Amino acid sequence: MISAVAAKINEQVMSKEKIFGQLADAIAATLATAAHFTLTLDGEDSQFTRFNRAQVRQTGEVSDGNLTLTLMQTDRTAAATVPFVGEFEADWSLLKTALADLQAMLPQLPVDPFVVLPTGSATSRMVNQGEILDADAIASTLLTPVNNLDFTGIYAGGLIFRGYADSADQRHWFESTSYSLDFSLFDAQNRAVKGTFAGNQWQQSKFLDKINQAKHQLAMMSRPAKTVERGQYRTYLAPAAVAELLHMFSWGGVSEADLQQGNSAFGLLRQGKHSLSAKFTLQENFQQANMPRFNIYGEVAPLQLPIIEQGKLVNSLVSSRSAKEYQIPSNYASRGEYLRAPEILPGTLAADQILTSLNTGLYLSNLHYLNWSDHPNGRITGMTRYACFWVEQGEIVAPIENLRFDESLYQCFGKGLVDLTDFQETIPNIDTYGQRGLGGSRVPGILTNDFTYTL
Amino acid sequence: MFKFLSDVVTAATISADWIGIRAIKDTTKACAIRDAHPERNTQQFGQGAMVEVLAQGQFGYSATNNLSATALANAIVTAYKQAVAASTWSVHKFTTAARPQAKGTYVSPHRKGLDALSPGELNQILLQICQRLKVSDKIAQTTASARSHDIETWFVTSNGSEIYQRDYLVETHFGTIAQDGPTTQLRTDHGYLAQSYQGGWELFPGLDLWQRVQQVGTQAVELLHADNCPDLTTTLVLAPDQMMLQIHESIGHPLELDRILGDERNYAGGSFIKLEDFGCLTYGSELMNVTFDPTVPGELASYGFDDVGTPATREYLIRGGKLERGLGGLESQQRSQVPGVANSRASSWNRPAIDRMANINLEPGDRTFEQMIANIEHGIYMETNRSWSIDDQRHKFQFGCEYGKLIEQGKLTRTLKNPNYRSITPQFWQSLSQVGDRNTWEMYGTPFCGKGEPNQLIRVGHGSPVCAFDNIEVFGGAV
Repeated sequence: MISAVAAKINEQVMSKEKIFGQLADAIAATLATAAHFTLTLDGEDSQFTRFNRAQVRQTGEVSDGNLTLTLMQTDRTAAATVPFVGEFEADWSLLKTALADLQAMLPQLPVDPFVVLPTGSATSRMVNQGEILDADAIASTLLTPVNNLDFTGIYAGGLIFRGYADSADQRHWFESTSYSLDFSLFDAQNRAVKGTFAGNQWQQSKFLDKINQAKHQLAMMSRPAKTVERGQYRTYLAPAAVAELLHMFSWGGVSEADLQQGNSAFGLLRQGKHSLSAKFTLQENFQQANMPRFNIYGEVAPLQLPIIEQGKLVNSLVSSRSAKEYQIPSNYASRGEYLRAPEILPGTLAADQILTSLNTGLYLSNLHYLNWSDHPNGRITGMTRYACFWVEQGEIVAPIENLRFDESLYQCFGKGLVDLTDFQETIPNIDTYGQRGLGGSRVPGILTNDFTYTL
Repeated sequence: MFKFLSDVVTAATISADWIGIRAIKDTTKACAIRDAHPERNTQQFGQGAMVEVLAQGQFGYSATNNLSATALANAIVTAYKQAVAASTWSVHKFTTAARPQAKGTYVSPHRKGLDALSPGELNQILLQICQRLKVSDKIAQTTASARSHDIETWFVTSNGSEIYQRDYLVETHFGTIAQDGPTTQLRTDHGYLAQSYQGGWELFPGLDLWQRVQQVGTQAVELLHADNCPDLTTTLVLAPDQMMLQIHESIGHPLELDRILGDERNYAGGSFIKLEDFGCLTYGSELMNVTFDPTVPGELASYGFDDVGTPATREYLIRGGKLERGLGGLESQQRSQVPGVANSRASSWNRPAIDRMANINLEPGDRTFEQMIANIEHGIYMETNRSWSIDDQRHKFQFGCEYGKLIEQGKLTRTLKNPNYRSITPQFWQSLSQVGDRNTWEMYGTPFCGKGEPNQLIRVGHGSPVCAFDNIEVFGGAV
């Protein structure tokens, strides 16, 4: 059953890659030599099955794809996106119209002094084949083991593909057959624990392990909840909670454009007015990422790039557009200069020492709905969520009623940082806005002092 | 298009209880200028169809961007298989009552078309906005952007529904960041893309555009040297461009029936509201009157029918502070037996419809702005959202604004930077003490309401007068 799915996906992908190449060739043959272009493709054939109370709420599949043609001529640029269905005649018809629209639009536009022309010679091909569940088998495979539980969440799986081609003859292809399961288990008091499970190969035994871990954690939530007064507490943030904080680094954080334009939480770090702990090191690491390394300019990111090294901001993310504007070298970041394969390096805190080292304070498994509350000072507000506990003298005493926190990155990753765990976890990117996300972050847990709770 | 889609539905040979196709063609044009240089000029043409099948009490779907008859016929078969495979695990056994027959047309009101401004003209206007925002050398960044959407939807079903809707949308934004040493301050035109409406290019540039540009630039610089908002509990007065967010997060989301039924618990969260609260809970003070109204001309989320064909009507959600009705479409109404609204909506053809807000508006009261302020001995007035966070039950929230004013002895006095406030939803709405009149009522929209699995971003509109709340905890920033 699983092999048949893999064979079908493989056949579809071969065709998509071939058609994409033919479309790029057709653009190149049509354009005048003075014009430059890039052509990108992103698409998916995805299954989405949504669960509530160990039953199916909604189920279906989505077959989608988009081509984006960017035209550059006489220092002007514009882009057009059209559907990609994987049939040359249909796709070329729309793409040809888009090209004509762009050619009509370009002369009307102001000169763009920072336009990035394709100049490299990079090519790449990355294929992550997978063996995932057949659509017919998803409900029974996932729900049979949890039929006596309040299991809620979503399974998303299938093929994701990305393509790149340009007038400098650079070519990239990326495809990945993968799945993710993002779920919560609830008890009768509406307390919950969270689990995520993702990969290229469905492994039923690992799924059952995940469910059993979540059941064990949920049992600990059955004790009467403690209401914690607002104040500052020593706090352990598990890897999933750290990953939520890490997301903020990509929203007015380590982008060079944001730093230059007064829109970064790390402007004061760069100016030397704030500092982070020497125990904190952040890097981009594509070594094991299920993520294309090429960007919309066809550039391939370095396998590793240190961003914050022992508390010092050693690199920002610099796209070639920012490089041109600010006259600095590019490190081939994405156009939006967000982290694509972030990794926080581990520390020395062993798993079996977490509660002892925490001693008395809060153990937070997850955080929810983060936002800047004082952006220039790196201060973030958000909520605790799921399995969060009050700990006394190294022992879990009780789950807590959810708390609002309001704390600066310069506190929790700065002077408050006691240690990071000696292990990391991969937190998959399970976003499905517009399309299924790729990659994830690799993070340890952290132990920090005087974490501030406000409501 | 109707005949083509009807023929595809009629030709299907599966033994389904119901088949529906929601086909969409949309064109989006976007232009952005930053610091007087072009940042983005794009156009996007999209098309696709959401094919839904009801079989054995379960809906299944298959969405494709291939609108050929063959692809749609294949999608019907796939959707049928999806429904059958899941039917032994259904959360609810639905009937065709969740998809009643409907026929009709809706077109956004508009006086000019979306081609009334050329890309060149639009770039020039946005470029001028950036130039005029730079009122001082303390201005570190200026941005201006505009987007238009032309969205056509055809809804055709096996029980005879035929609905055509065409949305014309214009979304605009400008803002600036002022910087002086370590201090930076953001000021925008009522929040990011809050100026989002239905209509054509008659909406932009408006008559007051250049005055607003001047004010945004000037206030950004003014904030650099303003005092921080003090930390205290006081009377809070919110402008409509912050009320938009307040209504959205602490009324709209908690009233969504799918959240209360548990569908959303793994992602956006549940709600502190229970099904038994409808019809009896006192949500807020008796000054509180809130409507679900997709019939307001020009408001961003107006429509004739929701995405499963339910005719749109104006309904009170909260009247005189009492909770009357939930935000749930026909599926949630069947499951919960709670009165709902026409709000089964999808972000596009590639997502199934779920319970969403549309236009959620707070109805005006009878006080002028001057009367409201004159009634306050001490308080803080806040404009324009810049930070938002609320818990998964929509209970404990903390919101931040761009611009504040101190209220002393019935007058607006000093400007305040970094104004924030925090509260708990029921207490907050119980503390509603003054509601501004129709002259204070303003309407905004946002294209960024996120929810659902798979995730969906959808457009919502919110109109509100100025409102005052007693005894709210407010606070400022670090420097």
